[in-house]
Amino acid sequence: MFNASLKQLSDQLAEKKISSTELTTEFLKRIKQLNSEYNAFITVNEEMSLDQARSADQMIAAGQASALTGIPIAQKDIFCAKGWLTTCGSKMLSNFVSPYDAGVIERFNQVGAINIGKTNMDEFAMGSSNETSYYGLVKNPWDLSAVPGGSSGGAASAVAARLAPGATGTDTGGSIRQPAALCGISGIKPTYGLVSRYGMIAFASSLDQGGPMARSAEDLALMLNVMVGFDPRDSTSLQRKVEDYARDLQKPLSGLRIGLPKEYFAEGMSKDVECAIEKALDEYRKLGAETVEISLPNASLSIPVYYVLAPAEASSNLSRFDGVRYGHRAKSYSDLGDMYRKSRAEGFGPEVKRRILIGTYVLSHGYYDAYYIKAQKLRRLIAQDFTQAYQQCDIIMGPTTPTVAFNLGEKSGDPIQMYLSDIYTSAANLTGLPAMSIPVGFGNKNRPVGLHIIGNYFMEAQMLNVAHQYQQVTDWHLKSPV
Amino acid sequence: MTLTVNDVKRIADLAYIEIDKDEAEATLTQLSGIFNLIETMQAVDTSSVEPMSHAQSVVQRLREDEVTETDQRELCQSIAPQVEAGLYLVPQVIE
Repeated sequence: MFNASLKQLSDQLAEKKISSTELTTEFLKRIKQLNSEYNAFITVNEEMSLDQARSADQMIAAGQASALTGIPIAQKDIFCAKGWLTTCGSKMLSNFVSPYDAGVIERFNQVGAINIGKTNMDEFAMGSSNETSYYGLVKNPWDLSAVPGGSSGGAASAVAARLAPGATGTDTGGSIRQPAALCGISGIKPTYGLVSRYGMIAFASSLDQGGPMARSAEDLALMLNVMVGFDPRDSTSLQRKVEDYARDLQKPLSGLRIGLPKEYFAEGMSKDVECAIEKALDEYRKLGAETVEISLPNASLSIPVYYVLAPAEASSNLSRFDGVRYGHRAKSYSDLGDMYRKSRAEGFGPEVKRRILIGTYVLSHGYYDAYYIKAQKLRRLIAQDFTQAYQQCDIIMGPTTPTVAFNLGEKSGDPIQMYLSDIYTSAANLTGLPAMSIPVGFGNKNRPVGLHIIGNYFMEAQMLNVAHQYQQVTDWHLKSPV
Repeated sequence: MTLTVNDVKRIADLAYIEIDKDEAEATLTQLSGIFNLIETMQAVDTSSVEPMSHAQSVVQRLREDEVTETDQRELCQSIAPQVEAGLYLVPQVIE
C-alpha cells in the first residue's frame, strides 16, 4: 500500500477496494513506527486524522468523491490548520494552536483529503538543509547521514520514506524543489499567485508560493488541481479560469524546444550531477524534443539579489512576532521594549535572527537605495533574461542543485555555502515563474539527482506533461529508499 | 563596506532582538561574509532600469466596505500569552 502512487490509491478508494479509514490507519501506524528515524513530522494527531477519514468514507459512500477524497496528505507546518499545533519549525510558535485554516488547508478539507500530520521544516522556512528547525534535524531516507534539503525537508523525507503519498511544501528560494531533488521525489512551485498564501506563515511575501510534493508528475497534477484557486483573502491571489493540470499529461513531446542555459551548465555543477542531467536530456531527445543553448546573462546575480530581497521582506513580516497576541513571551522583562527584545531573542533561532538583521540593515536609512532598490532593479534584469530566453525555447532545463545531498553538519556553520545550494532555484522565485524538480538518477554515494524544469508563466500543465512523459519511459521516480 | 560590532548592535536594536557582545561579534563575521556576496550586485549598471517589486503586475483589489469577519475574540485570545477582561496585557507603557 505504501508503494502505491497517490493516483493508484485514489483509484482503489474510488473502486472501494480500500477505505480511507484503513488507508489512514496504515499510514499513521507507519509514521508511528518510523518517524523517530527521520523526524519528518512535528505533529501527528491520530484522532483528528481518523475523524477526517471517517468523513471521507461517508463522502465516498454518498458518491461525492473526487480524486483526493480520503487520501492522506502531509501538511508542511507552515500552513495554519485549525486545532493543530502550527509551529513553522520555531520555538516562537511552539505553543501556537491555530485558530483558523489556511486557504490551502481549506481546499484540501473541502475535497475530503486527510491531514496526516504536520511536517518538519527549517525555522520559518529559512534554510536549505532542514537543520535550523527547533524540532531537530530531518534525515534523508536515502542516506541517514545526509540532509534532506530544505526548507520543506520533512515533506520530502516523508514522501521519500513512504510515510505519506503526497505532501505540501512552500518555496521562497527553492524550498520545494531542492529537497525534492535531494530526496529523489517530484515537486512543483507553481506560478506566483496561483496558490493562496492566506494562512501560510509569511517569510518573503513577494516570493513565497505553496505547491505539491509527491512521487510523480501525475500525482502532482492531482494535488495541484486542489491547491490552485483564487482566494480573496490573499491580496496577490490571481483570478483565473479553473484548469485541469492533468489534461496534457499524455501529449507527445515531439517538437518541444528545451532551452539549456549555458550559465547553468558551467563551473559549479558537480560531475555526478552533470552526468545524470545529460542522460536525462538524452532521454528527452529520444522522446522527440530538441535542445537549444540559451543564455541567462544575469544568472549569477540571483543569489545576491535574493539575499537582499528575501531578508528585507522577512524582517518586515517577522516583526509581528512580539509576544503580545500569540507565540513565545519571555518569562521576565523590565518594560515593553525589553519584553519584545527578550521574547524575540529567545523565540528565534540563529539563522532567522541573521536574516532579520540583514533585512533590517538593507531597509535602514541610508542603505535602502544601495541595497533594496538596487536588488529590485536587478530582479527586473533577471526577469528580462527569461523573457528573452523564452523566445528561443518552450521550456528550460538544468540541474536543480549543484551537488547531491550534502552531509548533515557539513554546511551548517557556513551560511554562504548553504545559500549557494539555491543557486539554480531562486531565479524562479524572483521572476515568479513556475519550476519543478523530478528525479533523474543517482550521483555520489548513491544520492538522488533532480532535473530542474522551469516553465513560462502559467505553463504548469505543459511542465507536468514534460515530466510525465519522461516518467513513462524511465523508473527513477519509482525507486524507493525503504 | 565594513560593518562594526556597533553596527550589529544598532541593527539588532532596530529589529528588537536582544544580543550580547559575543553574539554580536560572531554575527559580525557572518554578516560581513554575506555582505561581500551581496556587494557583487554593485558591479552591474542599473541606472536605466525600473525596480521590480513584484512578479505579477496586478492591481490591488478593492472590496465593499462590509463586515466580513465574525467575533472570535475568545478563540483568538485563548492562545495569547496574557489576557485579562478580553484585553491583551503588556507591561505598563504610560505612567
